[in-house]
Amino acid sequence: MNLPAIWAIYLYEMKRFFRTLMESLLSPVISTSLYFVVFGAAIGSRIDEVEGVSYGAFIVPGLIMLSVMTQAISNASFGIYFPKFIGTIFELLSAPVNFLEIVLGYVGAAATKSLLIGIVILITAGFFVDIQIMHPWAMIAFLLLTCISFSLFGFIIGIWAENFQQLQLIPLLVITPLVFLGGAFYSISMLPESWQSVALFNPVVYLVSGFRWSFFGVADVGVGWSLLAIAAFTGICMGVVWWIFKTGYRIKS
Amino acid sequence: MTAIVDVQNMGKVYDGGFTALKDVSLQIKEGEIIALLGPNGAGKTTLISALCGIVTPSSGRATVGGHDVVSGYRKARAMIGLVPQEIALEPFEKVINTVRFSRGLFGKTRNDALIEKILRQLSLWDKRNARIRELSGGMKRRVLIAKALCHEPRVLFLDEPTAGVDVELRRDMWQIVEELRKSGVTIILTTHYIEEAEAIADRIAVINKGQILLVEPKADLMARMGSKTLRIDLNEALDGVPPALADYALVLGEGGRSLSYTYDATGERTGITRLLSALAAEGLALRDIQTTQSSLEEIFVGLIKEGAA
Ligand SMILES: Nc1ncnc2c1ncn2[C@@H]1O[C@H](COP(=O)(O)OP(=O)(O)OP(=O)(O)O)[C@@H](O)[C@H]1O
Ligand SMILES: [Mg+2]
Repeated sequence: MNLPAIWAIYLYEMKRFFRTLMESLLSPVISTSLYFVVFGAAIGSRIDEVEGVSYGAFIVPGLIMLSVMTQAISNASFGIYFPKFIGTIFELLSAPVNFLEIVLGYVGAAATKSLLIGIVILITAGFFVDIQIMHPWAMIAFLLLTCISFSLFGFIIGIWAENFQQLQLIPLLVITPLVFLGGAFYSISMLPESWQSVALFNPVVYLVSGFRWSFFGVADVGVGWSLLAIAAFTGICMGVVWWIFKTGYRIKS
Repeated sequence: MTAIVDVQNMGKVYDGGFTALKDVSLQIKEGEIIALLGPNGAGKTTLISALCGIVTPSSGRATVGGHDVVSGYRKARAMIGLVPQEIALEPFEKVINTVRFSRGLFGKTRNDALIEKILRQLSLWDKRNARIRELSGGMKRRVLIAKALCHEPRVLFLDEPTAGVDVELRRDMWQIVEELRKSGVTIILTTHYIEEAEAIADRIAVINKGQILLVEPKADLMARMGSKTLRIDLNEALDGVPPALADYALVLGEGGRSLSYTYDATGERTGITRLLSALAAEGLALRDIQTTQSSLEEIFVGLIKEGAA
């Protein structure tokens, strides 16, 4: 294991984050506050409770998930796309590192960043509503797994993307709709019955549901299913990353 | 002595079906400087990339320091420093950080003293806290060299290190290369400046259309292929070459005050003795004699033409 290399990549990526710390943290904080104003105050005044939880608090886990997922994807995809774009990827390819070390460096950094953002949002939310966390360990586990798996997913997008448009495409076209339709701001049980079964095909439902369970003890689907879903997603992403490095897909001719 | 870089029958066919390397074999001795010469698109960068892990070879094999570049890539690459042809650096990063990053990537622990030494050697120490985008092109190239040197490689690939570098800096670069060689680093260099190869290389390899045309010590190459010219300055001007000297294919210089004789320096007989006695027999008084050797550039152009014919 080339530990100094993993550390070098990790540190380099984290530095980029801290160089733009204000932008990195400010935008999620502002957008979260806006969500609270819009959803919490405007809509929340009409819906007072969902499954025994005040609407303002109910949307907190979904909001955190939304930011963490998009941040993990954008950080990780940009992190590996940028060296490809400016050509500095040659250094990674010609260094005595293996794919696991490269992934640990990049994905580790992206996961750390999104985790920090998730925590900042949780704290921000604390200013708007009372938050109780019923299962703190499960909450941390769900948060961590989401950070890691979506960073892996972002890494794949960054390798796959051949231009900046493609880099934005998946987060915009796939992730955002899935999160909005994934029960981030409502309970699946509030949907008409036919839509409820459709919603079960949305993987994000399982993540949001599990994460929300760790806060309030209420879930749309069983916690076991949630864990299974996120484990499966992580596994698939790892498999794809392994294949990418084995074949040199889009990074090596 | 075993070769530190050993390329055996290496071939590369790019995805589009283009054959960039054909059956390339090349042995490089430890501590030597070898110059890879060839026209644009000859396959120089492809060969280097295949050895460094940037391109996957389609056939053949290669070892660096005895380690296979594919199956033993970790040990092989740890020995290699690469200065790529294209300048690729992160524009917003500081010089010193990008150099430290390279060292880390190669599994080495932080060594600020060494990095300072390298940056000073490359006249970059004053710029260590500058961001890459604030540097000139020549400075960026030196940053790439610093990045390649900071993990103490034993084999250094320099892919056109002096492209876009001014004359003075180019001489500095040659100086650095010389010092590296003294410290035992093996250097593989590609260049389009033939005088560069002539000035610093021990051996020359000529590559064209993906094939190695020849690999030879520079001196041998020049001696073998180089013709020499003997220039004879005369005391008195001539109107034409005297008929008695017609056999020697002499060329009369401007003003008729010199004669030039071209001969093969490595031939059994150069014909110089006979020519000189013939000149004496003609009663010509000689003022001065000098010989010049053809440059590598002439040899190189000749070779490529020959290959194309
Ligand atoms: N990724 C690639 N895909 C397809 N063809 C390529 C690729 N890279 C290089 N080639 C082709 O391979 C041939 C050799 O290219 P290479 O870069 O090795 O040449 P070179 O000798 O370094 O030339 P130069 O002196 O211009 O740097 C060229 O014809 C080039 O077009
Ligand atoms: Mg080249």
